[in-house]
Amino acid sequence: MMMSTDMLNEPWDLSPAVALRPEPFGAMAYHFGNRKLTFLKRMKLVEVVRALAGQPDIRSALEATGVPEAQWPGYVAALQGLAATDMIRQRVTGQARTVQKGVA
Amino acid sequence: MTILQTRPVVARPEGGSLIEQFELGLDAPICLTWELTYACNLECAHCLSSSGKRDPRELDTDQCKAVIDELQRMQVFYVNIGGGEPTIRPDFWELLDYAVSHDVGVKFSTNGVRLDPERARFLASTDYVDVQISLDGATPEVNDYVRGPGSYDTAITALKNLQDAGFKDAKISVVCTRQNIGQLDEFKAIADQYGATLRLTRLRPSGRGADVWDELHPLPEQQRELYDWLVANGEDVLTGDSFFHLSAFGVADGGGALPGLNLCGAGRVVCLIDPIGDVYACPFAIHDNFLAGNLLADGGFENVWQKSELFNDLRSPQTSGACTTCAFFDACRGGCMAAKFFTGLPLDGPDPECVQGYGETALASGGRVLPQQGKDHSKANPTRNQPIMLTLTRRDDLQAPPVSACAEDPLAGLTF
Repeated sequence: MMMSTDMLNEPWDLSPAVALRPEPFGAMAYHFGNRKLTFLKRMKLVEVVRALAGQPDIRSALEATGVPEAQWPGYVAALQGLAATDMIRQRVTGQARTVQKGVA
Repeated sequence: MTILQTRPVVARPEGGSLIEQFELGLDAPICLTWELTYACNLECAHCLSSSGKRDPRELDTDQCKAVIDELQRMQVFYVNIGGGEPTIRPDFWELLDYAVSHDVGVKFSTNGVRLDPERARFLASTDYVDVQISLDGATPEVNDYVRGPGSYDTAITALKNLQDAGFKDAKISVVCTRQNIGQLDEFKAIADQYGATLRLTRLRPSGRGADVWDELHPLPEQQRELYDWLVANGEDVLTGDSFFHLSAFGVADGGGALPGLNLCGAGRVVCLIDPIGDVYACPFAIHDNFLAGNLLADGGFENVWQKSELFNDLRSPQTSGACTTCAFFDACRGGCMAAKFFTGLPLDGPDPECVQGYGETALASGGRVLPQQGKDHSKANPTRNQPIMLTLTRRDDLQAPPVSACAEDPLAGLTF
């Protein structure tokens, strides 16, 4: 499996329209704009998503939350899934967070 | 399902499937149904909440707002509001506004009676409200048979008003019955005509539905017709996950389960708040056996949701009796708790509409005692809106009008 190294080096953030609700197994993410509902099935993934805002890129967020490098591809895949429904979106450095990374 | 006497404590698995997690319950419901009033202008024959008259104990405006505040705190992101007919509450629009401005999205079910052009324009101006119009027949004959005279026209007028006002993507909510299964394509055409989305749900023997279930519930071959139609058209049609008992068809023919959770979410991921603040496991189970508590008397909704003994029972492992050994158990998981309960079947046996036919056997086996329905708010005396479930037909064995025994005409009784 190819890992998107691009995404690892990019700054990402929780979408402004998304709320994360803690659950015993992880979190429920709700997007007020497109009304999509997603479940984050691991606590660690929730930690990573919450860490995104404070980190310059995804790599740093994974390091900061102590995800072993061997597991990064799995986390990147999960983050790509979240990006596909606009749960997280790419942060444009130094600009307002309005541009969404085009994800098919 | 049987509620076990002693509950083993099960550690929540890390990871695992969502279904496994949902079976153990969530800290707050994913969404819930909130019936605002038992009052209704209609008297539908199959009303699952036996609505008609307002209950004097119904939550007032401030109490409703306090519920919304609590839902916001619990991060319940949307509620399905129903009734009764919720829009005939004078404070309905105020409560709608209040919910939306407190991050609680609203989808409300209505028969359309109050959706005049002005209201339709108001709704079109909001962007966090969904409207669901009930329609149980694609023609007035089929719809009005169960929903009462004029109710088809009311619903269609409401859909037209919404479309004219520019309201996007209203929902048309259909309870699937023996009389309307043959109209699925026509329902879809109506939805397309009004720029709406079709939503099909299962008829439950709840409330007044118990009185007419034998006559209205789809026949076995119609269940198959419905399943095939959903497989073919399912992408554009909502079901509220209510047909998971049909998923057992998919195992046999490889067609697969229907999209959705395919899990009974009662007390685990959904519940019902009734007009007086009683919290039930699901909208189809308004009965003391499924009553978790009252949000006024028991310290608020969150307290009931998280601490109720009933809900904690529902979130622990259940036994499913004979169903467990069925090859299709993983597909249907024993079916709908409310459907079993209100047809007098044991909760750890098959669903009355089990597609493997075990339900029919169980229904025929006798010894069933139908439970008393929980609350009845039906109107004491019928009004002009009451459906009259009679159809005029001719006796097959008669070729001509009956002849009086006193008829003296020598040609009386002869047909040519």
